[in-house]
Amino acid sequence: MGQLAIIFARVLQAIPTLIGIIIVTFLLTRALPGDPAAYFAGAAATPESIAEIRANLGLDQPLPVQFLKYVQDLGTGNLGQSVSTGQPVATELLRRLPASLELTLTALLLSVAVAIPLGVLAAVRQDTWIDQLCRFVVTAGVSLPTFFTGLLLVYVFYFLLGVAPAPLGRLDLMHVTPPQITGFLVFDSLIAREWGTAWSAAKQLLLPSITLALFTLAPIARMTRASMLQALSSEYLRTARAAGLSRGRVLMVYAFRNALLPVVTTLGMVFSFTLGANVLVEKVFAWPGIGSFAIEALVVSDYAAVQGFVLSMAVLFVVLNLFIDTLYTLIDPRVQVDG
Amino acid sequence: MNDAVMTSPIAAAAPRTSAWSRGFAHFRYVMTSNPVTFLAFVMLAAMIAVAVFGPSLVPHDPLATAADKALKPPTWQHWFGTDQLGRDVFSRVVVATRLDLLISVSAVALSFVCGALMGACAGYWGGWFDKLSGRMLDTIMAFPLFVLAMGIVAAAGNTIQNIVIATAIINLPFYARVARAEVSIRRNAGYVQAARLSGNSELRILIAKILPNTLPPMMVQLSLNMGWAILNAAGLSFIGLGVRPPTAEWGIMVAEGANYIVSGEWWLALFPGAALMLAVFTFNLLGDGLRDLVDPQRRT
Repeated sequence: MGQLAIIFARVLQAIPTLIGIIIVTFLLTRALPGDPAAYFAGAAATPESIAEIRANLGLDQPLPVQFLKYVQDLGTGNLGQSVSTGQPVATELLRRLPASLELTLTALLLSVAVAIPLGVLAAVRQDTWIDQLCRFVVTAGVSLPTFFTGLLLVYVFYFLLGVAPAPLGRLDLMHVTPPQITGFLVFDSLIAREWGTAWSAAKQLLLPSITLALFTLAPIARMTRASMLQALSSEYLRTARAAGLSRGRVLMVYAFRNALLPVVTTLGMVFSFTLGANVLVEKVFAWPGIGSFAIEALVVSDYAAVQGFVLSMAVLFVVLNLFIDTLYTLIDPRVQVDG
Repeated sequence: MNDAVMTSPIAAAAPRTSAWSRGFAHFRYVMTSNPVTFLAFVMLAAMIAVAVFGPSLVPHDPLATAADKALKPPTWQHWFGTDQLGRDVFSRVVVATRLDLLISVSAVALSFVCGALMGACAGYWGGWFDKLSGRMLDTIMAFPLFVLAMGIVAAAGNTIQNIVIATAIINLPFYARVARAEVSIRRNAGYVQAARLSGNSELRILIAKILPNTLPPMMVQLSLNMGWAILNAAGLSFIGLGVRPPTAEWGIMVAEGANYIVSGEWWLALFPGAALMLAVFTFNLLGDGLRDLVDPQRRT
């Protein structure tokens, strides 16, 4: 089977997962405490107006019919109306998505750039100080609550040292937001040749992404070390050494490339953690992404917004996993589709 | 285990009388083989002691406000300082231990029991139940787990009970998968066939013969999971779910202290955050130590 066919089969495999996600989010929207119609009608509602809203929302229909309606709405991109802002939920989420993506992707890049070399070094120099350092970072990384690390960083770098900007969003008030092209502020201001704005945006981005990166560092470093150790003790590596290949070639080409595969698979789990931790980091740094939107919605019981957020995060997660799987197919020629 | 000596009744009786001391010897072996595990165990014991006796020992009432003593840094009288309402942070951190442990222990216990039963049935009988439960777990895992917990709490109502249930649901797949794997590799083991031949019912075989043998890996999973459960529960209360403000709880205390950290009042958030970190750290160390004992090959 060609690689394209394999990738296509993977995409097909994601469909049952998507159906499961849609069923769960549907059940969550219908499990609201009390009567949603009475809730949407507000405090000064008469029985007639509640009945009218119930009919409007389709709540007087049997559950399967409601489900079909829900799926239809999703098909047209309708996630309902946000009570707190009065805008469609989909619009609100789309508007804030770039901020969250900018933060998450920067953090992931940062943590991969640190974790993989750290894991490789720890495996190559097993039981030396660098291995101990790796072990310490890994244990501390999984024990630190993200929101707590974020606050510590703010205290040290903003309050004590004064090198970081105040944790108040994506851009200092002194700068004007550049025209939106990519949605990533740093790139947008570079494109608009606003060097000062780009620098300010990058400074705002630094602390939150370090916070998030510290959290995701641990699983990646741990997995890199473990799979690198496994590769180092393998027979093909002994053969490569015996054949007299240079140390660098043995390590980088033979060991590292094989060790990378399990690391790529753990990235899926790491994404799950990151998307969750993202919410907490956004709250700490007042980052105007979809996470803080969801928290605001939670506080005022804006259910449609929360469920829209849960659904879009789940879909994002599925897409990311699909991307990982595709990547895996491309770098590992042995992959075959099972079942 | 008990197949050691079965030759004469006298010989069989001898180890039975010393079962306690044998258990103690094994415990001592576990603790001395790795000092870190021992340290983690001591920390766990201390934490449980604080959770049980703390509320009756604290120097100040954790809810008593005093406007004249608001936002004071740590002193001899208030070891961890006072918060924005003049409440003693030390007393609040100590008192919160019970609630935090209670939330995470009950959440993990709930998902341990449900996950073990679900996974055991799926692994032992297979068939439609295996397929259905597998599909269900896959659906749970398809969500970013913390986000799913947020959604569940938002839908089911903002109470501590729902925090426990949401945390239990997002932990369920881990236990169910371990239980399923461990049961399915044992369902045709020699001792299981022997039990079947001697006329035990299937249910009895599963509960009395197979499940006890799957406990060690399950316990390791439990200990590794516990820290994560605490983090999740604290994260939920940090964003304002579950525990209501005057109650002392680590997550919400960090959230309240977060507003003061930019103006330099670090003690409000630092101490509850450090307590949280210490608790998670303890369970992670304990889990790592236990895993090394049960399964030395997976040491990383």
